[in-house]
Amino acid sequence: MKIDSYRRVGSIEEAYELLTEKSGAAIIGGGAWLKLMPKTIDTAIDLSDLGLDKVTGLENEYEIGCMVKLRQLEKFTPFQMIFDGILIQSAGSIMGVTVRNIATAGGTVAGKYGFSDLLPVLLAMDAEVELYKRGRLKLEQFMDETGVLKDILTRIYIRKTEGRGWFYTMKNTAIDFPILNAAITSSQKGCRIVIGARPYKAALAKKAMQFIDRIEKPGEVEIIEAANIAAGELKFGSNQRGSSDYRRELCITFVKRGLRKVLL
Amino acid sequence: MKIKIKINGTIKTINVKADEYLVDTLRNNGCVSVRRGCDTTSCGICTVLLDGAPVASCSYLSCRADSHEVTTVEGIQEEAALIADFFGHEGADQCGYCNPSMALTLYAMKRELKNPDDDEIRAYLVGNLCRCSGYVAQHRAIRAYLEVE
Repeated sequence: MKIDSYRRVGSIEEAYELLTEKSGAAIIGGGAWLKLMPKTIDTAIDLSDLGLDKVTGLENEYEIGCMVKLRQLEKFTPFQMIFDGILIQSAGSIMGVTVRNIATAGGTVAGKYGFSDLLPVLLAMDAEVELYKRGRLKLEQFMDETGVLKDILTRIYIRKTEGRGWFYTMKNTAIDFPILNAAITSSQKGCRIVIGARPYKAALAKKAMQFIDRIEKPGEVEIIEAANIAAGELKFGSNQRGSSDYRRELCITFVKRGLRKVLL
Repeated sequence: MKIKIKINGTIKTINVKADEYLVDTLRNNGCVSVRRGCDTTSCGICTVLLDGAPVASCSYLSCRADSHEVTTVEGIQEEAALIADFFGHEGADQCGYCNPSMALTLYAMKRELKNPDDDEIRAYLVGNLCRCSGYVAQHRAIRAYLEVE
């Protein structure tokens, strides 16, 4: 990876102008995974000076600036009260402290990385993102969009929702990328089942969610059925960490465990 | 581009490339205790303190360190010597390649965590690998170091 020039901008508008005037310009987030990018960046745009490095508690939600470090998320104790603290669990499971002090929430979300442990949890929490020009939209919608992002992800929003949550990431070692991860939540709005590191980007198991939400009092039989539906509807791939078949089997196990935790 | 950076208490103005990483800038400016390991944020060998927090300098752009304070083992020599004593006493030291990064991470941990339990210590050090000594003797040394006022 090569960077031709570096700009620490003084305003979000300046960042947007730089981003849109050159095809090779890119927002660099925390920069922890820059080396994984094969391309050349003409202008690396750094948002460090824009005050986007804070978590703010609002009336009904939390606002997470895009430059908030994963370590900050992990140490923000009010998140312990939302969905059994799965956001803290996921942020704290990513590599070591030396990386979590670099990698940012915005960089992870905007990158839509398949290996992300954070994205499944944010999807399961039904988070929203704010883009500088487009405004707020559901993270789910943002994740479904393809192509190069010519906008700037400025903030992430999490509602103060009461509910149960479960997160698990399976790795060969603590500092490796996950073989598969899963985040499952249950609230008044229903269940959300998300599987990540398939190794594709995290996705909702919508058929499994619809199935389990239709049942008034789901038990073990329905949970097993939902797990099988999830494994059947999602696409899994193979890489050096695991085969698609292995990941599908893990998915069944994870969904069963998660649903038992949040429903029974 | 030029950056102004405080390295171990001394402010320096340094010319860096846009894609230069902090590990190289520091080594080029006399901090040879900062070592390159995996170069992919996995091993923790390149750890330095940025404004007191441990970061992997192999993945931190030097441009970003502009106006920040960086500490390497050269900047905490007394504390590093103390940590080395505990490691030596417990037989937790072999090739020594990971020692500077371990010392810096422990230094930061002692200031960040209050009375950490064994699990918290292990979790904090998960990104700092040692490939020769194993971790049991190190853990004893760390516990002893943390008990020093």
